Amino acid sequence: MAASSPAGYLLVLALVVPVIGLLGMSVTALIGLRRVEFVAFPVLVAGLAVAGAIATTVAETGEALTYVVGGWAPPLGLALRADGVSAVMLAMAALVVALVALNARALFCADDATPDGRRAFAFWSLLMGLWSALNLVLVGEDLFNLFVALELLTFAAVPLVCLDGRAATLEAALRYLVFALIGSALYLLGTALLYGRYGTLDIGTLRELTQPDLATHAAVALMIGGLMAKAALFPLHIWLPPAHAGAPAPASAVLSALVVKAPFFLIVRLWFDVLPGPPSLPAAQVLAGLGAAAILICSVVALRQERLKLMIAYSTVAQIGYLFLMFRLTAEPGVPAWQTIGWTGGMLQLVSHAFAKAAMFLAAGMIAEALGHDRIAELAGAGRAAPVSVFAFGLAGLSLMGLPPSGGFVAKLLLLNAATLAGAWWIAAVISVGGLLAAAYVTRVLKRAMATPPAPLATRPVALSRELTALTLALVAVALGLVPLQPFELLAIGRP
Amino acid sequence: MSGPTLYGLAAALLVGLGLYGVLAQASPLRRVLAFNLMGAGVFLMFGVAARRGAAAGLPGDPVPQALVITGIVVAFAATALAVMLMRRLAQTRAEEAAAAASSAPAEHG
Repeated sequence: MAASSPAGYLLVLALVVPVIGLLGMSVTALIGLRRVEFVAFPVLVAGLAVAGAIATTVAETGEALTYVVGGWAPPLGLALRADGVSAVMLAMAALVVALVALNARALFCADDATPDGRRAFAFWSLLMGLWSALNLVLVGEDLFNLFVALELLTFAAVPLVCLDGRAATLEAALRYLVFALIGSALYLLGTALLYGRYGTLDIGTLRELTQPDLATHAAVALMIGGLMAKAALFPLHIWLPPAHAGAPAPASAVLSALVVKAPFFLIVRLWFDVLPGPPSLPAAQVLAGLGAAAILICSVVALRQERLKLMIAYSTVAQIGYLFLMFRLTAEPGVPAWQTIGWTGGMLQLVSHAFAKAAMFLAAGMIAEALGHDRIAELAGAGRAAPVSVFAFGLAGLSLMGLPPSGGFVAKLLLLNAATLAGAWWIAAVISVGGLLAAAYVTRVLKRAMATPPAPLATRPVALSRELTALTLALVAVALGLVPLQPFELLAIGRP
Repeated sequence: MSGPTLYGLAAALLVGLGLYGVLAQASPLRRVLAFNLMGAGVFLMFGVAARRGAAAGLPGDPVPQALVITGIVVAFAATALAVMLMRRLAQTRAEEAAAAASSAPAEHG
């Protein structure tokens, strides 16, 4: 724990490379570059390489990467650590950010001096800030450091919501910010209580110290409650649909695929690494119950939406519900959580949803550009105007429904098996009904999109290269269906 | 009642008042002010943690104090962002209302 791994510097690079991009963008005008995207792309390539190097190192050595900042070991100093789950999520984040950036290039390429140039600058610099903050959430080991990372993530995500500057999106951004702030204040209060009780905030140290007493449980409950608001768990989800639907499509893709996963990841860390002893079954039932309510209610609400992007946003809330089932399904007596199929299923659901949802939002953006609107009732003709995008939408939908072959299929099958093994029949029923509802809202869109329009449509052409980015993301979500149906070694690396 | 307990209760009261304000107020500005009240309670709680956790003979543990300073900076940044969003929202609403008002007579005519 005390010493850095030989390749530990990679973790620092994962945090610093996007920040270098961010700083570089603010001086582009000084060195004669007129467009910030010229800075963004080298940074994206470098960041992708770093994330790939971290993932391969962790997979090859079978051990977590650690970096002790400044040589000061915890509890005095800060540590960065990437175990199997963090490494997978770092790679996932890098891939999604890179593909979304390829798609966004044509939307945000204006010259710096024009009014659109300000939007372009805002998008690229916020994307870099968001990426760095996300990586810090994934590798941070200190609860206060993680608080700062979450706040940076929020501050980068909120302006992305209102890039178009309309009153409706500004309102959505403000509501998002208020929810996020309540969440972070509760998280910080829990951090204060934990520090008062144990005198350290390093997760690795806390793991050995925590006792099952009132102060610890109250602190962790406050922190999880705050993070639930940030992760948009039902019934604290009301900020998400207007915010994610109002943002420009590439920003929605990043927000839905990655940003809501960060608070969920922290809940996982608190639940499995900070809470003492075997997890409490009633608390797990509450989280799983809220997840089940999210799946059922928000899938039905998604089915009733008139706008494509709002429908996808409600589907995000429903799919987040599946993640929270994990807390009930990993509670097998006598077996460490990360050796259960519930753990693998939950993590796979997280990763496959990230790719599928990013693909879906990008595809929806392309369809909206081709038709000039995103009203589901008038989607007829989209199949001809943007065929690749509609195909990508369908493939991503496959993963959301949980049909083979797709990552979502394997994830939901594992969760279903875990539910049966744990004797939680109601969870098995919810997973099955949720799949049917997802099939209903995806096919509803596909049916309209494939229909022949009543009158010839005036559509705008969309670039095939941009459509292919959505298709690539959808294909990755499908390819995740090829992982073996068993507890996956990589996801258990570095667990105690 | 000892000093730290009193401060701890005061911190809990501030957090409670702030949380109530954020949830119950409709106006965004009041919500942001209530969030700041809640933040003050949280920072006071760190102060209590510093006092209780101090080693024998020391007046206080410096780590929570460092955390509070960072926390205040973060809360200040959040407040600034929220206030700018509110100002921009008020401006945009006024512009959109003016645009709607000027185009409405044309539609009737």
